[in-house]
Amino acid sequence: MTAGRVDPAAGDWRGPRRPYDLVKEFIVALVAVSLLTVVLALLFSSPNEKGVTLEQWAQKAPNDFIATTVSELAGTSTSASYGPPYNHSSTGQQIGPLHLQKWAGVRIPVDPARDFVISPLRTMTADAAVQAAVRRYEAAPAAQQDQWAGAYADALSKAPEGDPAQVAAGDYGPVPAMASGLLGLAQSGALDSQLVNAGTGFYQADYTKPLLFLADGGYLADLAQAQHLSGNQWGMMNETGNFPGQPWLWLYTFWYQVRPFSTSTNADALVWGLMMLLSLALVLVPFIPGVRSIPRRLPLYRLVWRSYYREHGAPRR
Amino acid sequence: MSQTPASGRAGERSTWTGWLRAHTLDAIPPEHLLPDTQPAYVASWIYVFGVLALTAFVVVCVSGLVIALKGPTWWQVSSRGHFVNSLHLWSVELFFFFMVVHLWGKFFMAAWRGRRALTWMTGAVTFLASIGTAFTGYLVQQNFDSQWISTQAKDGINATGIGAFWNVLDFGQMLLWHVALLPLAVSVLIVLHILLVRTSGVVPPIGVDLDGRVEGAAAKEAAP
Ligand code: HEM
Repeated sequence: MTAGRVDPAAGDWRGPRRPYDLVKEFIVALVAVSLLTVVLALLFSSPNEKGVTLEQWAQKAPNDFIATTVSELAGTSTSASYGPPYNHSSTGQQIGPLHLQKWAGVRIPVDPARDFVISPLRTMTADAAVQAAVRRYEAAPAAQQDQWAGAYADALSKAPEGDPAQVAAGDYGPVPAMASGLLGLAQSGALDSQLVNAGTGFYQADYTKPLLFLADGGYLADLAQAQHLSGNQWGMMNETGNFPGQPWLWLYTFWYQVRPFSTSTNADALVWGLMMLLSLALVLVPFIPGVRSIPRRLPLYRLVWRSYYREHGAPRR
Repeated sequence: MSQTPASGRAGERSTWTGWLRAHTLDAIPPEHLLPDTQPAYVASWIYVFGVLALTAFVVVCVSGLVIALKGPTWWQVSSRGHFVNSLHLWSVELFFFFMVVHLWGKFFMAAWRGRRALTWMTGAVTFLASIGTAFTGYLVQQNFDSQWISTQAKDGINATGIGAFWNVLDFGQMLLWHVALLPLAVSVLIVLHILLVRTSGVVPPIGVDLDGRVEGAAAKEAAP
């Protein structure tokens, strides 16, 4: 396409025409696509793997649940060290000089130690030992709290299978009692509704807190790994079972597999930045020199219009 | 638009209503909107994919509306609901398949020629908006997929700053985006896109002028 010249394709077609029934085409297509959809749905159904509950996590993987709880108190879990939009514990990712994550601010405040552990424990009013542990923890200075939680997290990671029953003796303060208290609460199923309810009252539609807590643990990720859904397994475009997921995300998920993204701590920001640029480029294809001339260089258009060219002559290369 | 046969309606413009009618008719003359002939070169299976994407979108909307009638938990507990969910899923997969073939087809035809760039751009934005719609659909399934996809996706979205306002872990917010805001946006975009296609007409083949002459092959054609 030569810029500056009058575009030869602009205006009404004055050449030969053929009959064409748009409405009939639409109706036939609608019937065909509807039937095809019904056939595919009958043949392949659709996946619906039940969601994980905190109760199930606490029962099936209690050691992972305990370790996660302690990491919330120690401030080392993913959400405890996340930064915006949840808290101020880090500045988040950046794209070069653009600190978009930080600039957007903390708008969905989450304090994991308080929201996931301490507040739920406080509701266990009938359990005197747990209440005493919470009181002792809250009365201690922050440095002491961190030391207890950090030491217990360390000891758990060294114990066989992370089993709290086999932890070496040490000064962990009230942390073990708190962790096992929360485990009990979760195993009873009560924690599931408590985390959703935090702050919203009776009606609930926001799962930010329980999802963050669940994702801090290893249980959810292990299940996903088994379903080939991890990021390094092209997981974003997969589905549970053998169903097609979102194959149109192939380019997005591709970047996570290659350097520098696969090894960068800013991978999310970089990949998103890149995809936004590429999306903009897709929208602007008609104006990008080089890209907009690719179709002329490839013979594919000759295939599309072959019957016209056969009758009226083919254009020069 | 200079091409329109309806441009002689200026006399009707003494009222606001008349002005609007004249402008609408000028921009979209009925004979352009629903013509019963097409240029002779509109003769390839590739032209069908736009209509296929459109009809798949209709099936997506209808199956989604049935699920909406019954509410978000219905398809989890009813086998009939599960079947409607399957219809919804497979029509979405078809929709994307048709749309992507359509997109590549239009690319290889350089279908943005002749002041049709806006047609391409509305199409591309529709594609992006459709990806957002499908993504929120995965988030509101209330199953393992939703848990995994939302907790994975939050990091990327938070990294752009958008996550502070658009919380993928907030089921209520995502449900409303999925069933109301995004489908509305996609529908409006599709209507615009198709109006643009109809008003400018289907793009002529590469190397062919508006009189149907093939550049370079013109001499040969004039001979007989
Ligand atoms: C929801 C998605 C879409 C629908 C329902 C749709 C529908 C249509 C229809 C019915 C046509 C006319 C028939 C045809 O040429 O196939 C058309 C033309 C066109 N579409 Fe789309 N489209 C969609 C997405 C896209 C996308 C993603 C692009 C490219 C980025 C695109 C670019 C175009 C262009 C450039 C034309 C003009 C073709 C010409 O003049 O020959 N469309 N579309």
